[in-house]
Amino acid sequence: MSLDAHPLVRDWLRADGDGLVLRTGKVDLGQRISTALMRIAAEETTLPFDRIDVAPVRTGDSPDEGITSGSNSILQSGRAQRLACATARGAALALVAERLGVAADTLDLADGQISHRATNRQFDLVETIADLPADLRVDPQAAPRVLDASLPDLEPRGLRQMVEGRFAYVHDLDRPGMLHARIVRPPMGGARLAAVDPEAEARWRDAGLTIVREDSFLAVAGPREWPVVRAAQSLATACQWDIGEGLETGDIFEIMQARDAQRFAVLDGTPSQDAPVPDPVPDPDFEARYERPYTMHGALAPSAALAEWTEGKLEILTHSQGIYFLRDSIADSLGLNPESVVLQHTPGSGCYGHNGADDAAFDAALVARAIPDTPILLKYMREDEHGLEPLGTAMTVSVAGDLDQSGDIAALWMEARGDTHRGRPRAGPNRAGAARLVANSLRDADVPRFVPEPNMGTHAGLHRNLDPIYRIPDKRMVKALVPDLPMRPSALRCLGAPTNVLAMECTMDDLARRAGCDPIDYRRRHLDDPRAIAVLDALADRLPKLAEGSGRGIAYAQYKNAMTRVGLAVDLTVDDLGAVRLQAVHLVADAGRVVDPDGLCAQLEGGVLQGASWALHERVVWGREGRESLDWDSYPVLRFDNVPPIDITLIGPSDAPSVGAGEASPGPTVAAIANGIFDATGLRLRRMPFDADTIMGAALQA
Amino acid sequence: MLKLTINGAEHELTSDPDTPLAYVLRDELRLKGTKIGCGLEQCGACTVLVDGEAVQSCATPAAVFEGREIVTIEGLTDTAEGRCVQDAFVEARAAQCGYCTAGLVVAVAALARAGAAKDREALKEALTGHLCRCGSHPRVLTAAEAVLEGQT
Repeated sequence: MSLDAHPLVRDWLRADGDGLVLRTGKVDLGQRISTALMRIAAEETTLPFDRIDVAPVRTGDSPDEGITSGSNSILQSGRAQRLACATARGAALALVAERLGVAADTLDLADGQISHRATNRQFDLVETIADLPADLRVDPQAAPRVLDASLPDLEPRGLRQMVEGRFAYVHDLDRPGMLHARIVRPPMGGARLAAVDPEAEARWRDAGLTIVREDSFLAVAGPREWPVVRAAQSLATACQWDIGEGLETGDIFEIMQARDAQRFAVLDGTPSQDAPVPDPVPDPDFEARYERPYTMHGALAPSAALAEWTEGKLEILTHSQGIYFLRDSIADSLGLNPESVVLQHTPGSGCYGHNGADDAAFDAALVARAIPDTPILLKYMREDEHGLEPLGTAMTVSVAGDLDQSGDIAALWMEARGDTHRGRPRAGPNRAGAARLVANSLRDADVPRFVPEPNMGTHAGLHRNLDPIYRIPDKRMVKALVPDLPMRPSALRCLGAPTNVLAMECTMDDLARRAGCDPIDYRRRHLDDPRAIAVLDALADRLPKLAEGSGRGIAYAQYKNAMTRVGLAVDLTVDDLGAVRLQAVHLVADAGRVVDPDGLCAQLEGGVLQGASWALHERVVWGREGRESLDWDSYPVLRFDNVPPIDITLIGPSDAPSVGAGEASPGPTVAAIANGIFDATGLRLRRMPFDADTIMGAALQA
Repeated sequence: MLKLTINGAEHELTSDPDTPLAYVLRDELRLKGTKIGCGLEQCGACTVLVDGEAVQSCATPAAVFEGREIVTIEGLTDTAEGRCVQDAFVEARAAQCGYCTAGLVVAVAALARAGAAKDREALKEALTGHLCRCGSHPRVLTAAEAVLEGQT
């Protein structure tokens, strides 16, 4: 995909002075993609790291690689970069050979220098690349270099600046004449601003601040940051909002079961428009329903953006994951040509999916348009991010199945139900991009309301990892999209996979017990893939004896049934008050050829801890008048005190393609924690999060 | 007028004395290494040293800190103890997005200064006021252990 749209070598790399500058459409969110791309380039070109850099990702300049999501960056941008570097290397060697009138195989390449063995003449690789024709196309068959030894560990790009507080996030930008800005947060998208106390407005105007109002969009800007914060807080108390009937409340899982759904059969991981939707297994041997509530991304930094409007053109610095889609959506919202809007990615904090980044960028643009020729740095406050960010949808996964005589699964029906994961602003019918920017629900912008379309891609959205990786003779998989649930949904790391993996892996655990079988053996019995079996074999070999009084939960999943394979065990205890203490995690992963082993481990560890946070804590609470989870007390998350040691073993074959790992571990972690709680207590919890209240409630009913 | 001692230098400042310290540091003094994550003293991103102790700076008015020694992440970088902690974080690859990192470096420097023992459970408790959403925690603990071990 990346190479089809950007077929030239110079789309991906360019000589710049003494160094090679890599170009990518994937943005660094802390997942170290830029470091991984530098490693790939170093492997293919032999250049030392200090001669390789990565260009900023900017619309109109960088390759358009869509959204940085889905653990696709190594697969897409990494592959393109490797092929582009290999093509450039081959072409540079050929060019030197031609200039010397010798055969290419008489040349050597090391440390970025091409040398002719017979004469010892030397040519710099970057200088030679600068001489390559501009229309040189990437050779999709270009062979990767075979390395004698893996490269030395590369200090992650930006790490030194981070530990010294010098790494520049959007939040830290400073420009001459810049104004700070804050929004006055509506209680919910689509609310009407009925009135603002004119005295409050006048007071802040007199204090030198600028109040920007467009219909129900309200913001305030000024030269010093804290007075702007104070003004926004003060104006919030001076606003009267009309919320109509407000948000629907009640048990979200019962609400979504009662709604009509768009239902599709899922065959081999892909929803079908035509195939009949399968019925549940009648009179099943086992059945259950697993539930996950609305979940936040909960970025550590509230979203921010810097925007400047100059002579009808808009420049925006944003931490969005999809700058081209966002550019088009903002241009559409404001009636501009996309070429008049330039977005450049600038780091924010980790986002884990579609958080407030895109909305903050558009909000900043609205303020900048109202105050032209002035850089506007707009930041959300904590309660703005918690209160407005799109959420991972609440979901249920229903399971029913039959066993054969040996206790193996003979038939399995599963239905994954919930709202869309596709809330990102991206082009589509009915101005779908503009419709998914929250400020357009506040402006009289004549943007139609967003109606989600079912995602029919393979292992996409709700049905990511729904289709079990296990051998099951009669599989009946159903995707059920229920649009228009109370909260605004979008993409959260892993999409539907954690709930689907929770359902499948708890089912496997229960059935293993029923069959009187070890949980790892029971999974192996249902697997044909030798690499999956190898992961579980390695896991079984590495597990120490379980401590007295602890429970151990096992889970296995291969992300999208196509990416990194992860088997893990979580050891935990449950105390008398129902609190889960994580004691140890043992994880084995196969990610194919590993580009950056330490970066891969960091992603797997981070995934385990985010999965643990979802499993144990995270749940958005709301009422008729809006969200009530507005800070880290009302939306608790995992903290240092419950971080277990995480032991990771990588076993991927080095000749297998590199596959993404950023989302491979959270799903199995959630499931392993549920299984560990069962092992420790005998309580089978099926509604996330498994917090102390839930566990005590379950214990009282047991 | 607000007067603060920051990184060894005295500053006369124009910010309103009610302004939380982190906003004064970032907005008036351009010391942007101190991060604001919540404005509620719930996440630790804004941690600075005040008379050698780790203190969250995002909500308490700056005037409260008059007459006290404030050291930010920028000030720590100029000291051997600060660089020791920073090197340990780099060695352990103890950051992903890095937004929580400066606050954690400051917190670990305060633990080292207080002579805390190398004890993982105690460290976990000591750092539990700091949020990290990327999951860099195990590496932060490794870095902290290396710092505390190195000083015994």
